[in-house]
Amino acid sequence: MPGLGASFGRGGATNFLEDLANSDCIVIEGSNMAECHPVGFQWVTEAKARGAKVIHIDPRFTRTSAIADLHVPLRIGTDIAFLGGLIRYVLDNELYFADYVTAYTNAAALVGEEFVDAEDLDGLFSGFDPANNVYDETSWQYEFEEAPESGADDPAEAAEQERSEQDPAVKKSDRAQAAGSGGPPIPAKPKRDETLQHPRSVFQILKRHFDRYTPEMVSEVCGIEPEVFEQVAAWVTSNSGRDRTTAWVYSVGWTQHSVGAQYIRTCSILQTLLGNIGRPGGGILALRGHASIQGSTDVPTLFNLLPGYLPMPHAHQHHDLEEYVADAAGKAGFWGNKPAYMTSLLKAWWGEAATAENDYAFDYLPRINGDHSSYRTITDMIKGKVSGYFLVGENPTVGHPNSRMNRFGLANLDWLVVRDLQMIESATFWKEGPEIETGEMSPETIGTEVFFVPAATHVEKEGTFTQTQRVLQWRHKAVEPPNDARSDLWFFFHLGRILRDRLKDSTDPRDRPLLDLTWDYPVEGETADPSADAVLREINGFGPDGELLNSYMQMRDDGSTSGGCWIYTGVYADGVNQAARRKPAKEQGAVASEWGWAWPLNRRMLYNRASADPDGKPWSERKKYVWWDEDAGEWTGLDVPDFEKTKRPDYVPPDGARAQDALAGNDPFVMQGDGKAWLFAPAGVVDGPLPTHYEPAESVVENGLYKQQANPTLEIIEGPWNRANPSRSDVFPFAVTTYRLTEHHTAGGMSRTLPYLAELQPEFFVEVSPELAELRGLTHNDYATLVSARTAVEAKVLVTERVRPIRLRDGTVVHQIGMPYHWSYTGISTGDAANDLLGIVMDPNTHIQESKVSTCDIRPGRRPRGPELLEFVEAYRRRAGVDSGRVGVNGRDPVDVAAGEGSAL
Amino acid sequence: MKTWLDAWPVYRQLTGTDPLGRGKAARSKATDATVSRTATADKVVKSVCPYCAVGCAQNVYVKDEAIVQIEGDPDSPINRGRLCPKGSASKQLVTSPSRVTTVKYRRPYATDWEDLDLDTAMEMIADRVLEARNKGWQDEDGGERVNRTMGIASLGGATLDNEENYLMKKLYSALGAIQIENQARI
Repeated sequence: MPGLGASFGRGGATNFLEDLANSDCIVIEGSNMAECHPVGFQWVTEAKARGAKVIHIDPRFTRTSAIADLHVPLRIGTDIAFLGGLIRYVLDNELYFADYVTAYTNAAALVGEEFVDAEDLDGLFSGFDPANNVYDETSWQYEFEEAPESGADDPAEAAEQERSEQDPAVKKSDRAQAAGSGGPPIPAKPKRDETLQHPRSVFQILKRHFDRYTPEMVSEVCGIEPEVFEQVAAWVTSNSGRDRTTAWVYSVGWTQHSVGAQYIRTCSILQTLLGNIGRPGGGILALRGHASIQGSTDVPTLFNLLPGYLPMPHAHQHHDLEEYVADAAGKAGFWGNKPAYMTSLLKAWWGEAATAENDYAFDYLPRINGDHSSYRTITDMIKGKVSGYFLVGENPTVGHPNSRMNRFGLANLDWLVVRDLQMIESATFWKEGPEIETGEMSPETIGTEVFFVPAATHVEKEGTFTQTQRVLQWRHKAVEPPNDARSDLWFFFHLGRILRDRLKDSTDPRDRPLLDLTWDYPVEGETADPSADAVLREINGFGPDGELLNSYMQMRDDGSTSGGCWIYTGVYADGVNQAARRKPAKEQGAVASEWGWAWPLNRRMLYNRASADPDGKPWSERKKYVWWDEDAGEWTGLDVPDFEKTKRPDYVPPDGARAQDALAGNDPFVMQGDGKAWLFAPAGVVDGPLPTHYEPAESVVENGLYKQQANPTLEIIEGPWNRANPSRSDVFPFAVTTYRLTEHHTAGGMSRTLPYLAELQPEFFVEVSPELAELRGLTHNDYATLVSARTAVEAKVLVTERVRPIRLRDGTVVHQIGMPYHWSYTGISTGDAANDLLGIVMDPNTHIQESKVSTCDIRPGRRPRGPELLEFVEAYRRRAGVDSGRVGVNGRDPVDVAAGEGSAL
Repeated sequence: MKTWLDAWPVYRQLTGTDPLGRGKAARSKATDATVSRTATADKVVKSVCPYCAVGCAQNVYVKDEAIVQIEGDPDSPINRGRLCPKGSASKQLVTSPSRVTTVKYRRPYATDWEDLDLDTAMEMIADRVLEARNKGWQDEDGGERVNRTMGIASLGGATLDNEENYLMKKLYSALGAIQIENQARI
């Protein structure tokens, strides 16, 4: 989550669900919390019962809106304009929390003279490279108070690292996400003007940047009445400050956009100006969608990350360990300890084989050199470049946008391993996929060898999930899995064991990393199940004498310590599995620090030093949380302080101080190089240091603010299987958004197969307004067909005022369609896959697709069947002026197939 | 002395102390013999719901080595005993009649599944991993050392445990596989 990471230093929810009860105002935007996180929503209800205002900003009226005091139905894809309007309102009316902003943010920092704002370049910032569609961020940097990199161990090397950071190949490899725990590195601390008056101060740049985001402009772009905007602004600002706090809640309604990271940046700027970060009842609560999606980025199975948000080494940038750590070594903030975190990870993986002489086996790590994310890989599969694929509890032929393209990818593999509980669509595409009916695929032409290897359920194995507020909770095993079903821990441990055994006599240096790997986990029971507890201990890390570490502060860069994920160090503090703690809520305080364990170091609210003023006193009695106890000489309060316990509030770093010692006693954002929350991001966000309103890649409206229509750096995948709908096209005149239902779970493998849930939500439907129904002749409870340049799908029509047409000031009417995406052809409840309709365009920071908004046509009746469907969609493409979407056998390029290439037959 | 009339609820309602028939009179032998599954379970195991990211704590009731009920854990400060429809249905995840619990294998160009022994499947997968790794191996790319394979890719769901994700990333990295992704991207 680079939006949060670049703003505050860590890519996790700043506050926790139960803390919402302390809010005076809660804004839920980009989330249907009551529907998708229903049990967490009890804390919103609790706050409301205590008198808090609840605002829901969402294109659709949902179960969340029904509980809210105010529903704001803004046009899909216009949140930056709306939030930008609030920022302008706060600045213009001087409603920001001045003491907080001056002390805890980079408002006073000066930006270099070379920076040119998007306001002056009609939607582009300085440094745009049109050949590669990337920015060179050099001109966005601060004006430094000392020579850049002078604080680093090796200034020249660090400067070289900063330069290579701007290389297009490095850019494409998604470096922004490495700010998940530790803000983006900066070369030195900036010059500051504490009066905030300097024209190049962040504060003044911010004022100029958002000056045109007036209530009238918000009204025009978002399609809501100025009075509604004023009401939101009044409630939010009157419930922020010394004595009151407002919380913002979002989920994938923000991230799944081509400017998704910037949505979160805009909110971060607003919440920082209002002084709501690091304070009870405030913060930005990112609601993740799955049991361990936070855990899956902390301990990532992601191409660009190593555990703890350490970046994967880049071929161009990181030739050895010294280069790898140069951007952080010796500098201010906790990122300054990167060498210790990385060395400990290498020791955890390669143990005795990792020595000072061999750079702690740093060269055993493979290198990335571009975008190797999921969608690129699918493209490579279709082109026959990938041999084997593991799908581990994932169903991309339903759950990923352009599911059809995903199926073509799977059809061109040599082999596929599917690990799941049910026979999901991604395992049966070769005989039951929709392309069999259209004639584009047939089992006889698909050479993919498929292994379905059954998995264990959550009660048939032990281990930890990390939930949305960074809390790890240990699950105990209740029963053994049946028959061949095994945990994924079992599968990968034994696969590794077999592979190591096969290669044990190898002398090929390529096999050393595998043979030297620490892989001797204890096993138990008849099935030789590896111990998850032993793995968690390895993740926690060990000290020089083999004792479990209590804190990552104990990690060293001399090879004497190990630890598989530094931010999780402490989960086994005092030799106890802290994630398994279950002290009943009634027996402890509201923060419930003894239930499970939160990273980092069991701190439940991040940046909570900011809940006290610069002198260490609570901003107010009502909002006290963590404060400085002068008599005890330490920070104390309701939570574990997210600060060095004995660092005095008046501590000033001496010259030449490094890492955490270089941060002052009033720098609450300890993961940032300057200790401040970033209103302006001089690094870490690849599409601009400030958020700017762009229209979605597929939009029915012209950008009202800039000539630049859409994000200039958005990522596109081109091919006949991923055709884009032209913007503002009469052929695809309606906006469509996708979403989830309480009764189903993503691609449906865990819900459409359960009788209870299938009965509660039995079929695929779309929500349309009465106006659109009339316009297109749609009948409630009859079928409709939705068409895009990808394909057409059919669904039952639900005519409802919950979605409403947006009337823009120039008279344009924007019709919006809502479409849940849980269905496909297997299970008890079946239907077309909504994701077949969507194309893939991505946010350049995260490579997350824009599935929250695209365009389509809708018409009454069912879709054509078989080959007729192909001609039906092709006719749409022709009318819209889009290139042909016809594909060869199994989705291969028709030209290649004609030439005999790419054919497995 | 009990008579056949006593077995008739209306009679008990008219003659007994429960004229509205909402208590004792409405009880039958079957009612009295009914005990909740949570009361007769052999053990209660502490767990966490596998659906959304709220992280609701669950009590898993086990009898004769089978799951008989799953409920919210009232001790949890996060969910305070509550579960949503999905969490409440999670027992069916385990007991679903359509769950597949044996290995299935599809040969290239085949039109149907075959059964396969788990150990055999593991050996076959290991063969294919080594072959794909070699086929896609790159010492260098664009003149720079990369030491990796482009032959193997992986996509994980976000219901994987941290420990599972950790072993996956560790093994894949040691194999040189880099196209490792997760639902977290989505």
